[in-house]
Amino acid sequence: MVAVPAQEAAPPAIKAEVKGLNFYYGDFQALKRLNMPVYEKQVTALIGPSGCGKSTFLRSFNRMHDLYPGNRYEGEIRLYPDNVNVLAAGVDPIEVRMRISMVFQKPNPFPKSIYENVAYGLRVRGESRRVSLNEKVEEALRNAALWDEVKDRMQEPAFNLSGGQQQRLCIARALATDPEMLLFDEPTSALDPIATASIEELIHDLKNKVTIVIVTHNMQQAARVSDYTAYMYLGELIEYGVTDEIFIKPKKKQTEDYITGRFG
Amino acid sequence: MAYAKNLEEIRALIASHKRWDLVFACVGVLALMIGVLTFVALFSDMAIKGVPRLELDFFTHFPSRRAGQAGILSAWVGSCLVMLTTAFFAVPLGVAAGLYLEEYAPKNWVTDIIEINITNLAGVPSIVYGLLALGLFVYQFGFGQSILSAGLTLALLILPVVIVATREAIRAIPQGIREGAYALGATQWQVCKDHIVPYSTAGILTGVIIGMARAIGETAPIITIGALTFIAFLPPSPLKPEPPFVSFDWLTSPFTVMPIQMFNWTSRPEAAFLVNAAAAGFVLVLMTLAMNGLAIYIRYRLRKRIKW
Repeated sequence: MVAVPAQEAAPPAIKAEVKGLNFYYGDFQALKRLNMPVYEKQVTALIGPSGCGKSTFLRSFNRMHDLYPGNRYEGEIRLYPDNVNVLAAGVDPIEVRMRISMVFQKPNPFPKSIYENVAYGLRVRGESRRVSLNEKVEEALRNAALWDEVKDRMQEPAFNLSGGQQQRLCIARALATDPEMLLFDEPTSALDPIATASIEELIHDLKNKVTIVIVTHNMQQAARVSDYTAYMYLGELIEYGVTDEIFIKPKKKQTEDYITGRFG
Repeated sequence: MAYAKNLEEIRALIASHKRWDLVFACVGVLALMIGVLTFVALFSDMAIKGVPRLELDFFTHFPSRRAGQAGILSAWVGSCLVMLTTAFFAVPLGVAAGLYLEEYAPKNWVTDIIEINITNLAGVPSIVYGLLALGLFVYQFGFGQSILSAGLTLALLILPVVIVATREAIRAIPQGIREGAYALGATQWQVCKDHIVPYSTAGILTGVIIGMARAIGETAPIITIGALTFIAFLPPSPLKPEPPFVSFDWLTSPFTVMPIQMFNWTSRPEAAFLVNAAAAGFVLVLMTLAMNGLAIYIRYRLRKRIKW
């Protein structure tokens, strides 16, 4: 594992802070009093058994729950440096989503060309100048380690790509707008092991550029890619800490049971 | 009942069960044949009677008192212009309504009632639309017995078909596509115009064309609003040689359409007019089949690009 030098001396800057977060699907409380920091340009993994609320938690960061009726947040997710609570009623979810990008579980490219997929976020922001679109699309595809594979076929439909390539295309699409945070919702669960390895490598490279939160049901993956890990169970945050510590000497028995595979 | 115990008995049992497969297959083929053969019989009867009449003159002549000189010029031009008007009103209204119901409307009892009513509207007899149009478009709005009135009436008639087709096409789009677009910061309208509408175009067009194929054969509501059965002139041309090159005078013109021309000829006593009616019917069925064929082709072409 690559040691993070800054970690030893002083913790990195805080990019977001979750304070007393409760979340309700109608009457059902899916998240209970969550508190944790998200450090800047680090990878934070959310792990836990199915139904523990890790995806629900992740989707709170970019207000995806606002798309459906009957959902309700309580508490705060403060985004720094401007110290704005992204869950506040007065904050437009669209503004939040423009700052925090997301990559989904199943690759979901638009049925458009490869180029238009990556350019879409920029077009939404009103960019229409060809030169700067080209520049941004190329940069995003390079950052998503896809440029060499697609540079000669930018106008082909995105569906022609393989599953792993489609997921990297979705990462490029999310990166093209220079987001402050990137959310990954089990990004490799629909992919084969080789594609999974390439996505993990990519996540490792991307943390130099952007703050990452990743949900995974694969504990080895959390151990491989993350700097910090949060273990959740039944909507509660059981344990949060530096990944090495969580995996080597967890403080709670419950975490240990899950990590060692005795449960979950 | 005793269970089958040995291999012999099991085989006998399977054989007796399979007899029902055969019985149903026969019933099924029979049921299918009744429908198909009836259509084939009607269509070929009409073709045999009418096809000899299908010369160029038949398409370029106005109706006449002499059956041999009568043609369907005013009827097919009228049908085309009415269809144009119908599409012009039905497509934007139907797509907008379907899009609103699927993407914008809150899911509550009000929208539930609206949904049920739209489905019911598709089952309202067309003569009822004709009566409504007579009161509303012809007299209240003063559009008269014109192409505009007819087009609006048929637009109302096929509106539920267009709405339902639009909604089904929109519902076929996976939620992941919407979430992908919303996650990039798109507004509802951006998601609709950049994704939902383009990806559902194939389904919408199919629905529109099938609705139009129904509308082109409608007779009752058109008669109700007062289409003429004998018209020996064409509506003013939509295209003009001098600017602004287009004209909408034809909208207010009296008109006739294919099924009415047919209806008129079948009610004549002379046998020669029945031949004309068969020929016109043949043309009308071909128009309908061509529209349905176009719908299938469009669906096939556009679906090839988009696979969920």
